[in-house]
Amino acid sequence: MTQLLLNIDLSLVDWSRAQFALTAMYHWLFVPLTLGILFIIAIMETIYVKTNDPEWKRITRFWMKLFGINFAIGVATGLILEFEFGTNWSNYSWFVGDIFGAPLAIEGIMAFFMESTFIAIMFFGWNKVSKKFHLTATWLTAIGASLSALWILVANAWMQNPVGMQFNPITARNEMMNFWEVLFSPVAINKFLHTVFSGYTLGALFVIGISSFYLLKKREILLAKRSIIIASVFGMIGILMTIFTGHGSAVQVAKHQPMKLAAMEGLYEGGKEAELMAFAILNPKKTFDNEENPFLIKFGFKGMLSYLIDFNTQTYVAGINDLIHGNPEQNILSVADRKILGDSALNALLDYKKAVENDDEVLANNSLKIIDRNFSHFGYSYVQKPEDIIPHIPLVFYSFHLMVIFGSLFVLIFLIFGWLTIKNKIDNFKYSKLIYILGLLGIPMAYIASESGWIVAEVGRQPWVIQDLMTTSAAVTNISSASVQLTFWIFAFIFTILLIVEISIMSRFVKIGPEKPKNEGGK
Amino acid sequence: MITLEISHLFLQQYWWFLVSFLAASLVFLMFVQGGQTLIFSIGKTNLERNLIINTLGRKWELTFTTLVVFGGAFFASFPLFYATSFGGAYWAWTALLLAFTIQAISYEYRTKKGNLFGPKFFEALMFINGLFGTLLIGIIVGTMFNGAEFSLNSLNNMSWHNSARGLEAVLNWHNLSLGLAIFFLARISGLLYFIMTVDDENVYANSKKRLLYNALPFLVFFIAFIIKLLIISGFAIDNQGKVFMENYKYLNNFLQMPIVLIMFLLGLIGVLFGIIKTYFSKTKFDKGFWFTSVGIVLTVLALFLNLGYNNTAFYPSSYDIQSSLTIQNASSSLFTLQVMSIVSLFIPVVIAYIIVVWRAMNKTKISKQEVEDKNEITY
Ligand code: HDD
Ligand code: HEM
Ligand code: HEM
Repeated sequence: MTQLLLNIDLSLVDWSRAQFALTAMYHWLFVPLTLGILFIIAIMETIYVKTNDPEWKRITRFWMKLFGINFAIGVATGLILEFEFGTNWSNYSWFVGDIFGAPLAIEGIMAFFMESTFIAIMFFGWNKVSKKFHLTATWLTAIGASLSALWILVANAWMQNPVGMQFNPITARNEMMNFWEVLFSPVAINKFLHTVFSGYTLGALFVIGISSFYLLKKREILLAKRSIIIASVFGMIGILMTIFTGHGSAVQVAKHQPMKLAAMEGLYEGGKEAELMAFAILNPKKTFDNEENPFLIKFGFKGMLSYLIDFNTQTYVAGINDLIHGNPEQNILSVADRKILGDSALNALLDYKKAVENDDEVLANNSLKIIDRNFSHFGYSYVQKPEDIIPHIPLVFYSFHLMVIFGSLFVLIFLIFGWLTIKNKIDNFKYSKLIYILGLLGIPMAYIASESGWIVAEVGRQPWVIQDLMTTSAAVTNISSASVQLTFWIFAFIFTILLIVEISIMSRFVKIGPEKPKNEGGK
Repeated sequence: MITLEISHLFLQQYWWFLVSFLAASLVFLMFVQGGQTLIFSIGKTNLERNLIINTLGRKWELTFTTLVVFGGAFFASFPLFYATSFGGAYWAWTALLLAFTIQAISYEYRTKKGNLFGPKFFEALMFINGLFGTLLIGIIVGTMFNGAEFSLNSLNNMSWHNSARGLEAVLNWHNLSLGLAIFFLARISGLLYFIMTVDDENVYANSKKRLLYNALPFLVFFIAFIIKLLIISGFAIDNQGKVFMENYKYLNNFLQMPIVLIMFLLGLIGVLFGIIKTYFSKTKFDKGFWFTSVGIVLTVLALFLNLGYNNTAFYPSSYDIQSSLTIQNASSSLFTLQVMSIVSLFIPVVIAYIIVVWRAMNKTKISKQEVEDKNEITY
């Protein structure tokens, strides 16, 4: 049983995780802007086609060029990510490829081709196709981008809450039984909506931030004002939906990943009337097995956490200790108990293999029964110490709170900018400088909130790569840790250079500003 | 849920066909990579380089996306290949991916102000992509005929038995000759693409001249590859699913599947016709690209069908022959293949809109005037 584990060296797992995290976080620097700004551009171009006002065309083209700079690097990082499932997580790719591969392929067939085909028209088609055709292409590119988000997020949601499949002992992998269950799992729906709407929010904040820069410099006033109107309305819808679906996500986390929820709130002792932290500082001395107070400073609402996940302050929320030691009253098994069940499933699988070789039908059938009964604990056989199932608490805790705090602030930003522009006061308001600076700060805040979200989702599910079924240590490709280390540094080097070049080009581009107004007609 | 009364084997063959078709399209679309290796030899002046890069720039995404979808489709239909080959031949694939990563930004950033390194740098990246992108794909596909050094345990977990992790394939001249053949083939179709899409006398004359210099090495490497392929023994599967070495396996496959053989020969004729007609035509013949392209698709498709059909192991292990992957033992479950097959009905729609957009964008040839127009967003 441990034959698989013994030859896997821990630094290999860590380097593989670091490499995946690096690529994913870099990819995610570019994805949300693509998702959000494309719709803003499509709305602007629609207004242009409706009004025929060349100023709107100039505005559309300005944001489109910024989008192009961002898009290229999003594509570059995405390619690596797609193949990393194979290169770095090859055992994982076999164990769940039957379910996991499908969304990835559908994404390629249905979304990536759409995005990359119509983008050619968006960029080069201004004088080649009719206005309507061009507008359609822009909308299709925007829709294609969000569609591509759908499929990859379905795949990710499935890792957080594996549904719609059954384990097949003959092939030693999970096989898909119900496609709709995979596609429409509540985790997937919340995750998709939360992620794309957070992307729309980020896109809107980006547009407001750049526009604020022009207002601050007293240039391009018309472009800035018009852009702000669209962005603040679009952003307001985005952030409200983000918050709504963020709450939905938290409810799902409570259901399927109680350890993640406990980490998000720093909850060691479970109970009814669980407290929701608005803000707190963790006590670095606190571990799961000492009596230290978890917080140095805290500011929370008693009962709110219970209320938020179930609309009932009396709902029991499991804490880290419940999940480690078990809590019979709440029907929570301890890690030690689950490990026994997981071991029995893994042993039964090995017995089954032997039984098939030796044509031992009785043993085969018995083993199958044990596998079936205990499969939901399968991954625990890879857990060595109970505390291994606790994710990195400070990282998850602070990321979660940053995301939520910034999210609330964004509501305010969209309100202020929307209101001031609609009242036509944005460039002659007493505190306008302060407001512009707030607008500029919105850009880094949006990126931080967005990256934090993924840290909550992904670090929070450690050590699982598939919740309760497979740990990262069992998922990793059998390769020397030095190889992974080397690719980590190569990727880090290349991505960082690309990022620096991108930022340099973008800021130069913004400084130069949009093309000068010109009579209609292009050539 | 719609249920299909179609056997697992049929769907495995169907998906092998689709994966092969994607691979064939990928090689055809590598005219972008081939073209990129000619930036410096065809583009003598800045303006000429702009012309070439802009005509390629309208298509690079398509090639790139085809690579992405090729990976995704392989994952979904033959996950064991995805797990084994990508995880095993780690360095070969990583090198290939890196060569594509640097391509994605080089068009967009080449002439932008503030790009820190200047246009030459990004042109060099394009060249690197063109060289390694084609060469490595060919070498990796070569291992699908010659075998790779991996083994699988009873849980289908892979171990690789060469510390070069895939790069060792370069040392086999048979793999290498396929890589070089694809490299020169991509350059040929790059030249034909310039002839078809660029409205400029110098580019035309230069491209035409170079057609011959690239056709000869292509033929040498390709013929070497094919002759060796037809005489080596290959990895065959018996009735019990056991893998054994069969003499002249790939030759036998051609003979036992005459349609595939015909496809292969027609493809070859198409490739050669496109080149010869363009080169020897007294008048300007600029549609050679299409003959060669259709030829490439047919040839590569035929090679892949030869590799996967007729009880052949498509990803053989030279280390432990029984670990070899076949379209049966590497495939997804029946249900997953059914779902994916329904999704595959979208493929004609995708092809249709790609054609519509291609035609809209290539209605007129690209000219110096267009490239100089600041109002067109150009690379
Ligand atoms: C919520 C959205 C989202 C998420 C979570 C991811 N991506 Fe992504 N991806 C996109 C949204 C997106 C996009 C918006 O469609 C991109 C991003 C930047 C871009 O310009 O297109 C893209 C590009 C992109 C490409 C290039 C596609 C092309 O050729 O056009 C690949 C191969 C991937 N991604 C693969 C992945 C993988 C394997 C991910 C998971 C680990 C992943 N992406 C996470
Ligand atoms: C683009 C947005 C994403 C970001 C920023 C992100 C972030 C991360 C981070 C930070 C880790 C490392 C966790 C750790 O090692 O502690 C990780 C790991 C991982 N993520 Fe994501 N992730 C993203 C999307 C996805 C998606 C969509 C999937 C699946 C479809 C996915 C699958 C994985 C896998 C397989 C690992 C490796 C195993 C592990 O270390 O947990 N990620 N990701
Ligand atoms: C203000 C209220 C918000 C709440 C209650 C909230 C809640 C959550 C929760 C619970 C998760 C984890 C989901 C999981 O692990 O499956 C999450 C993830 C995430 N959040 Fe938020 N969030 C909020 C605001 C934001 C904002 C403002 C952004 C960015 C602009 C954002 C971006 C993300 C992203 C990108 C993820 C990872 C994807 C995912 O797992 O859905 N969130 N959020």
